Amino acid sequence: MNIETVILLIPLLPLIGCLIAGLFRHRVGRAGAHWVTIGAVAGSFLLSAYVAWEVFFNGLPVLDYSVYTWAVADGIRFEIGFLIDSLTALMMVVVTFVSLMVHVYTIGYMAEDDSYQRFFAYLNLFTFAMLMLVMANNFLQLFFGWEAVGLVSYLLIGFWFRKDSATKANLKAFLVNRIGDFGFLLGIAAVLMYFGSLHYAEVFGQVGEVEGTTIAIFGATEWSLMTFICICLFIGAMGKSAQVPLHVWLPDSMEGPTPISALIHAATMVTAGIFMVARLSPIFESSEVALSFILVIGAVTALFMGLVGIVQHDIKRVVAYSTLSQLGYMTVALGASAYAAAIFHLMTHAFFKALLFLAAGSVIIALHHKQDMREMGGLSKYLPITAATAWIGSLALIGFPFFSGFYSKDLIIEAVKLADRPGVAFATFAVYAGVVVTALYSFRMLYLAFHGPTRMDEETRSIAHESPLVVTVPLILLAIPSVLIGYFTVEPLLFGGALSDAITVRAANDVVLALADKFDGPFAFALHGFVTPVFWLAMLGVAIATYVYLLNPSLAERIRARAMPLWTVLDRKYWFDELYQKVLTGAGLKVADGLSRGGDRTVIDGWLVNGSARLVGRMSGALRQLQSGFLYHYAFVMVVALVALVASFVLLK
Amino acid sequence: MLDWPLLSLLIWIPIAAAFGVAALGVRAPKLVRPVALIVALISFVLSLVLYAGFDVTTSAMQFQEKTVWIGAFDVNYHLGIDGLSLPLILLTTLIGVLIIVAGWRIENQPHLYLAAFLVLQGLMVGVFSALDALLFYVFFEAMLVPMFLIIGIWGGPNRIYATIKFFLFTFFGSVFMLIALIWMYLQSGTFAILELHDFPIALSAQIWIFLAFLIAFAVKVPMWPVHTWLPDAHVEAPTGGSVVLAAVMLKIGGYGLVRFSLPITPDAAAALDWLVIGLSLVAIAYIGFVALAQSDMKKLIAYSSISHMGFVTLGLFLAFAIARNTGETTGAGLGITGAMVQMISHGFISGAMFLAVGVLYDRMHSREIGAYGGVANTMPWFAMFAVLFFMANSGLPGTSGFVGEFMVILAAFHANFWFAFVAGTTLILGAAYSLWLVKRVFYGEVANEGVGKLKDLGRREWLVLTVLAVLVIGVGVWPYPLIEMMEASVTNLVEHIMQSKVE
Repeated sequence: MNIETVILLIPLLPLIGCLIAGLFRHRVGRAGAHWVTIGAVAGSFLLSAYVAWEVFFNGLPVLDYSVYTWAVADGIRFEIGFLIDSLTALMMVVVTFVSLMVHVYTIGYMAEDDSYQRFFAYLNLFTFAMLMLVMANNFLQLFFGWEAVGLVSYLLIGFWFRKDSATKANLKAFLVNRIGDFGFLLGIAAVLMYFGSLHYAEVFGQVGEVEGTTIAIFGATEWSLMTFICICLFIGAMGKSAQVPLHVWLPDSMEGPTPISALIHAATMVTAGIFMVARLSPIFESSEVALSFILVIGAVTALFMGLVGIVQHDIKRVVAYSTLSQLGYMTVALGASAYAAAIFHLMTHAFFKALLFLAAGSVIIALHHKQDMREMGGLSKYLPITAATAWIGSLALIGFPFFSGFYSKDLIIEAVKLADRPGVAFATFAVYAGVVVTALYSFRMLYLAFHGPTRMDEETRSIAHESPLVVTVPLILLAIPSVLIGYFTVEPLLFGGALSDAITVRAANDVVLALADKFDGPFAFALHGFVTPVFWLAMLGVAIATYVYLLNPSLAERIRARAMPLWTVLDRKYWFDELYQKVLTGAGLKVADGLSRGGDRTVIDGWLVNGSARLVGRMSGALRQLQSGFLYHYAFVMVVALVALVASFVLLK
Repeated sequence: MLDWPLLSLLIWIPIAAAFGVAALGVRAPKLVRPVALIVALISFVLSLVLYAGFDVTTSAMQFQEKTVWIGAFDVNYHLGIDGLSLPLILLTTLIGVLIIVAGWRIENQPHLYLAAFLVLQGLMVGVFSALDALLFYVFFEAMLVPMFLIIGIWGGPNRIYATIKFFLFTFFGSVFMLIALIWMYLQSGTFAILELHDFPIALSAQIWIFLAFLIAFAVKVPMWPVHTWLPDAHVEAPTGGSVVLAAVMLKIGGYGLVRFSLPITPDAAAALDWLVIGLSLVAIAYIGFVALAQSDMKKLIAYSSISHMGFVTLGLFLAFAIARNTGETTGAGLGITGAMVQMISHGFISGAMFLAVGVLYDRMHSREIGAYGGVANTMPWFAMFAVLFFMANSGLPGTSGFVGEFMVILAAFHANFWFAFVAGTTLILGAAYSLWLVKRVFYGEVANEGVGKLKDLGRREWLVLTVLAVLVIGVGVWPYPLIEMMEASVTNLVEHIMQSKVE
């Protein structure tokens, strides 16, 4: 098999798996469906690993080729093609590995579900779509993958379509994403207009020439074209990667089954925005303004969404807000031009966040679909493996030295400090403060779920037990990279130039390069990690959580009562949902109703259409009066008219 | 086979067969449906022969047939097709087959029902292949009669209001077209469309002619604000009537703009493009909102059709604004290609959505969204198709619904950022009304006893929806063959309309 066949098979296998499990769901049965789909993803993973091996260790040159021509219109070629470089290879491995773990885990999690086959079909379809997204060599295919993962996300959030909350959440997710895509599409349109192509390489090659162009949008004010394009594209990323203010769909997406929260709404799809900006770094590097914008949006998300996580009771929602906050960290890194650091955090986060979600899912199965942490406590006795892996995930999340999250998060913070553009001061504050917050909500969750006195009722306590092997094995397999992957990859990925064929940073912006001087190996870096302020801030968060939620549980209630206004702000999530649902959606529906009733039915149909019909009717009614059918009426009119005619001739003469 | 008069056969076989089918109805009612189906299949196969023999590299008219019709006025029976008409003919014959399969169960005078559809199909092919303006006009008007009967006889309770509204609207519009054609005949001495393309006309006269054509075709498309006949007609029409109306008849408006308005009066089109663009953008955004407020499924889809047809009219008229904005014509062809693709795609998707509503209506006898809920519980396969088609309707990449809108938005950006901006709102509005309908009809617990008793798709329904699903995905994944068919003609059209005809 030549390399191109291998690459083509990587997305095709899950697509075929999806078709088999979805369309022949009765024929293949439950076991058939999971074997087919798992086989497909496993195949994809092995082939991706092979391609990654070739790319990173055997010096496979960058491949950029077309698979087929989608259309040729107006002389513009729209291609479907692959770009295989270090960034793609890394993403392929992460996506297929996490996907494989989630597939296996699903056997346990969905064991009792009637729509078992449909779920596996969707999981395969998602893997296909996500691979198409990361492997794209052009904007068209990027957009295809972008929307296709959105479609699967929609289908999976609403997987339990009988639940009203689930179908509300999936509609919301799709529409909020569409707002982002609206910006994204305008950005793509601008790229096509000014670069004459949608092929990455051709576009990147022209950035230098196009950079100085300005465009007028509002009146005569000239805007930098590159800033316009970058912000439009980034609006797309804000939708998909759930950045404030387009973040509102992600917490609600937790209505979907937990495996997809792990796969789609933590590890892969939501990072598509981060991936996109990194992939398009040559474009984003050309606009300081856009990068500042990205920096600030990311910082706001990182800090303020983390804060909301502190007051959540639903175990999945804590992890969801944590995901928002971590996506904020990645976005901050992008805004600081530390693309490699963002991708590095994307990778470590994919492992430990998928782990945390799956651990939360394991708790949920054990308690028969109870998710409220107020009804948990002391679970470590019942679910030792789940508890241990959740600890590992949390330690990685708070950035405890030597854990994978430590390397990625610490480097983001260091990079932001070195960056030099408007917004850096705020972003630095946000990422530091975020460390305390992260530690606080993470340990709050650990304590409330796994430690302290149990608050489960008798019945739940009698059924709570460790999950089956199909659940715990993926947990363990994800726990391993959550601990180790940072240690082993930090040096090559950030400082060894492993991503340099994919990521372009201008010399003046290259904060990652500046960090390289200070970096003397992963071991020394982690040791040094114990004496940095970041570590002590994290410990502060852990200490607060330990004191409030473990040692002194009644304190939490008292603090809440004392800080009611603050608590309310967090509990209401800054009223974003109210703003969108009541004000914007409400106004939209009012406009719709007004236009339908007022515009279409009253003005156009009522006045113009039926009105003119009535007018014709009335006029003909009036004319009809003349034709009475009585001869003497006609004779009378004739005589009068004749007299008038003759008289007029006589008089006017 | 290629030297046969294929276009004439495509027009007259179904029309002649229609009389046979109508006559059979009295003597052998069992044969009616199979015969009609065979005729439709023969037409479809003939249209495929047309496709097979079509030369995509030229913009010249192909498969031409010409005989004198009314010698005294130089009116000819002149047929021919190029890349702009062929895709629409293929769409017509395909939809013709699907409608007959979908209407297998019509019990009220099936022979006349099928005969009306066969006549209509022949006339629509006539419209798409006529190269003589008077011949076009005759087909264009004659088409109203079978459609009038279809809605008037097999329609819903309020069908009389709907048919009269439908008839008066379209008839009102086409009278202006006739006046324009006669005026041009008096000036040029010909009704030949291709000769009129090259016939120079002063700007002031062009403007009058343009407006006359615009009224005729805007009603057909329909464009805002002459669109209100469409929701009424759809609501009252039987499923087959709605399908043919949405899938094919609306395209005649778009086709008219591309065959008459743009090439015959390019200067007027350049001068008045703001009008068409403005109305198109209103259609896309305003009607998008109106669709959101509908509680009747057919009305919602009808409004969605108007909004999507807004992309057709927008794409067709972007060329001049692009030339003014950028000083070159790059993007103009993209807009027109996008408009043409959108017409075909909308044919598939709107047809499929009306068929889907028909599937529900046959079982529950209601079009109200509120009468449903949780249909996915009892009809899972049907729900799969429905989600696919409504997703396609909201322009999901990988489906045909994406291709045309994507191209038109890309082209609109070349003309003016704000055109693209307003057109882009369809991404949000289209998804909102489409998926909200899906949520209310298909998701949730089984809403009532009726829904609880629903049976999933039957074999015929499977067949029809599968064909459309394959096409929707096929065109979405690989639009190349479709676009290749029209590319030479589009390029030629762009060159043509950029030349002034004012002497």
